[in-house]
Amino acid sequence: MGRYIARRLLIAIPTIIVISFVVYAILALAPTDPLSQFGADPRVPPEVRARIREALGLNDPWPIRYVKWVSALARGDFGTSFMSHSSVMDLIGQRLPNTLAVVGVAYVIGVILAVPIGMISAVRRYSFFDHFATTFAFVGFSVPTFFTGLLLIIVFSINLRWFPFIYDSTLQIHDVNSFIDQVKQSIMPITVLALFDTATIARYTRAEMLEHLPLDYVRTARSKGLREQVVVLRHVLRNSLIPVVTLVALGVPAVFGGAIVTEQIFRVPGIGELLVRSIGDGDTPVVAAILLIFAVLVVLFNLIADVLYAVLDPRIKYT
Amino acid sequence: MRWRTTLAVSFSAVILASACAQPGTTGTSSAPSPSAAGSAAAFKRGDGGELKILYWQAPTILNPHQATGTKDSDSSRLAVEPLASWGPDAKPIANALAKEIPTVANGGVSADFTTVTWKLKDGLKWSDGSAVTADDVAFTFSLIKDPASAATTEDNTEGVKSVVAKDASTVVLTYDAPNPNFYQWGVGTCCGILQKKQFADFTGAKLKDAPGNLKPIGTGPYQVDTFKPGDVVTYTINPNFRDPNKPFFKTVNFKGGGDAESSARAAFQTGDVDYAWNLQVTAGVLKPMIDSSTKGKMLTVYGSSVERILINFSDPNAPGDQRGEPTTKHPFFNGADGLTVRKALALATDRKTVAQQFYGNGLSGKPGCNIITGIPEFESTATQSFCDSFDVTAAAKMLDDAGWKLGADGVRAKGGVKLNILYQTTVNAVRQNTQALMKTNWEKAGFKVELKSVPAGTFFTNTSPDGANHFWSDIEMFTNNSDPDPTSYLNGWTTKQIAQKSNNWQTGNYNRYSNAEFDGIIDQLRKETDPAKRATLVKKANDILILDVVIIPIVTRTQVTSGISSTLKGVVPTGWDSEMYAIQDWYK
Repeated sequence: MGRYIARRLLIAIPTIIVISFVVYAILALAPTDPLSQFGADPRVPPEVRARIREALGLNDPWPIRYVKWVSALARGDFGTSFMSHSSVMDLIGQRLPNTLAVVGVAYVIGVILAVPIGMISAVRRYSFFDHFATTFAFVGFSVPTFFTGLLLIIVFSINLRWFPFIYDSTLQIHDVNSFIDQVKQSIMPITVLALFDTATIARYTRAEMLEHLPLDYVRTARSKGLREQVVVLRHVLRNSLIPVVTLVALGVPAVFGGAIVTEQIFRVPGIGELLVRSIGDGDTPVVAAILLIFAVLVVLFNLIADVLYAVLDPRIKYT
Repeated sequence: MRWRTTLAVSFSAVILASACAQPGTTGTSSAPSPSAAGSAAAFKRGDGGELKILYWQAPTILNPHQATGTKDSDSSRLAVEPLASWGPDAKPIANALAKEIPTVANGGVSADFTTVTWKLKDGLKWSDGSAVTADDVAFTFSLIKDPASAATTEDNTEGVKSVVAKDASTVVLTYDAPNPNFYQWGVGTCCGILQKKQFADFTGAKLKDAPGNLKPIGTGPYQVDTFKPGDVVTYTINPNFRDPNKPFFKTVNFKGGGDAESSARAAFQTGDVDYAWNLQVTAGVLKPMIDSSTKGKMLTVYGSSVERILINFSDPNAPGDQRGEPTTKHPFFNGADGLTVRKALALATDRKTVAQQFYGNGLSGKPGCNIITGIPEFESTATQSFCDSFDVTAAAKMLDDAGWKLGADGVRAKGGVKLNILYQTTVNAVRQNTQALMKTNWEKAGFKVELKSVPAGTFFTNTSPDGANHFWSDIEMFTNNSDPDPTSYLNGWTTKQIAQKSNNWQTGNYNRYSNAEFDGIIDQLRKETDPAKRATLVKKANDILILDVVIIPIVTRTQVTSGISSTLKGVVPTGWDSEMYAIQDWYK
């Protein structure tokens, strides 16, 4: 097992180098220009723009910029943003807490809700609960987040005035009241995202449970005289959860990537919002850093998923 | 001098409600602020709580000289101030560092318009408690002027020979040549004064790494508390602010991000914010929000922004590398019949419908007849009847009379030349609507119109053949505006300024218009120092551009289009400076 992990980690290194090259190449060849926002502003005439371009180091050919970027990266320096001239790591550091507080919490809630819902749906197949949960799940992953987001804003912010729809990242939680404020401002984006996560994972759990329920080992367990509860929880659920755990692990990197649409709607200053704005601005250092971190997380969580698989399922052995 | 103008970015237009007269206030005087008399007694420093400002574009840097947009210049303005601000009537007001506005009358401006002497207010302090000196002003100038700094505000330093500290509180600014726009450097968003101590080690190429870019020490009513680029800026009162009674609000929260429509909701429906910037939302959505709102109201003001159509005097389809070169002549806009054809086009231009349907009926824009607008003494009345006479039939008759006969395909032609027009502008819903309306009317008059739209980033460059500068089409449309002094703006239609290959299309005369009489007027305008005579010259120049149909103005657009809380008082918008130019006067 140890050797397997070591080997996978070693393979990951060239993978990430290739990814970094592809990411940088795509960004360099993309038509976005960090100076394009000056396009409509004659106060910044062409020769001033040329100077800004020079100052940002954009006059070098992109392979040279790539080499510079990678060598800085090797020293742990992600560079500085073209827009704010501040360190990319600082920008990501400012945004990660917001993303975790919203997207991360939504994911955890989604998983916590989804597993029991999926399980009950499978055990009580075609019951009222199952029909309800199925409908809910289909709504959850068919209705886009920009729609549910706006719907929640109109109902809960504008009509009922319960929750604010402008996320305040300067809020510090130091007592019960400020905690309540935090809950109020994050409940709508969390709901939107959790709805989607819950729906996906619940459907998956249900399908896995249904696959396992008619199997021989379940009949054996029942014929041993075990209580139904034990049969479902200890035998069926545990086996069914193996692929679900993989799915959940593979979804974790996406949490760090933030939720582009939802963050935009509720003005949550998270990673997703930073990413999409930086792409629009042509802020290559920020985009490249986020995509690279994302790539590393995907590679890492793929490995974690594979390892968990072996831990949970004794039939699987890596050598 | 290069064409120095700001272009109101018009990514989508807007339709808004509210009346907006030119709020007339103090002229060139030393009154501390437009609302000084009223508000000074109305509140004491720190009486208020938090002021919430919402911009749908988030600030990313707080050094005004590295600003990449209005969001940055506006958010930095709370802390970093220029010498003076451009007031609502397009005259500088001494609500910032300057003790009074230098004029020819008070001796601050030399009679030949080459030197300007600025005196700083007494006892001015930076927010860190140290004294503000003329040296800081001179330092700021040299910092921006240095090409290695790559300052985005560098253009305003062009033609300025020097800025020298004469004594601790006197700054002398000298232009290379007489400059009728003698407030070119020092006033408004171009010219926030930075603290020498904070930036002395970060001049030239090092400027972009200065920590002060994210937390500048300034003289404004507020100081930056926290700044999260791309998200939010929070400010507290600058304890060393010169007016002991101001500002009213203890803290300011300047939040960025989202979109214009939900900003409008926050201002009008939930009242979550006190000030929501640039509400570019279609009338159908915005108007009901405003009308039913108990929380907020619209704040608009006109500046000099005009949405206009430019007519090409050169031939955009000339063979080889001669496209659009001034040596070529447009086949029907320039020549014996040129004026008739241009006039016919202007006559078939329905600006009233555009203003009504796409600019909310005089709310984010009104029908425009002049290119120089926004300042009463410069506003010509000679163009009104020409611009009121929308008449497609008359346009058709005019062309008929001149021998442009309708062909079987519905397009007029004469001597083998057909009235085929390629009409370009930026990608923008309102502009595409305007194009469609123009096309309908013009085609009724016998033109054939082909429409083209180009992304704004490509359109406003000198490097793209699809750009406004190359102008390789027959007509084009965009918005531009002028400095309070229109000399350099008008200069953009002189023969010397013709944009062409040899100058890399960097100059302002995209029309390739050449008229000796007009050039003469601008030459006189450069030298004339008498205000009344200057006004006459400006109007003459304006009338030539309109009546000779070089440009067809369509809509005069609002410069400020924001939503503010009904309880917020003391906000006097200006069309010539940052919307935050007098935030020290705001109160509830």
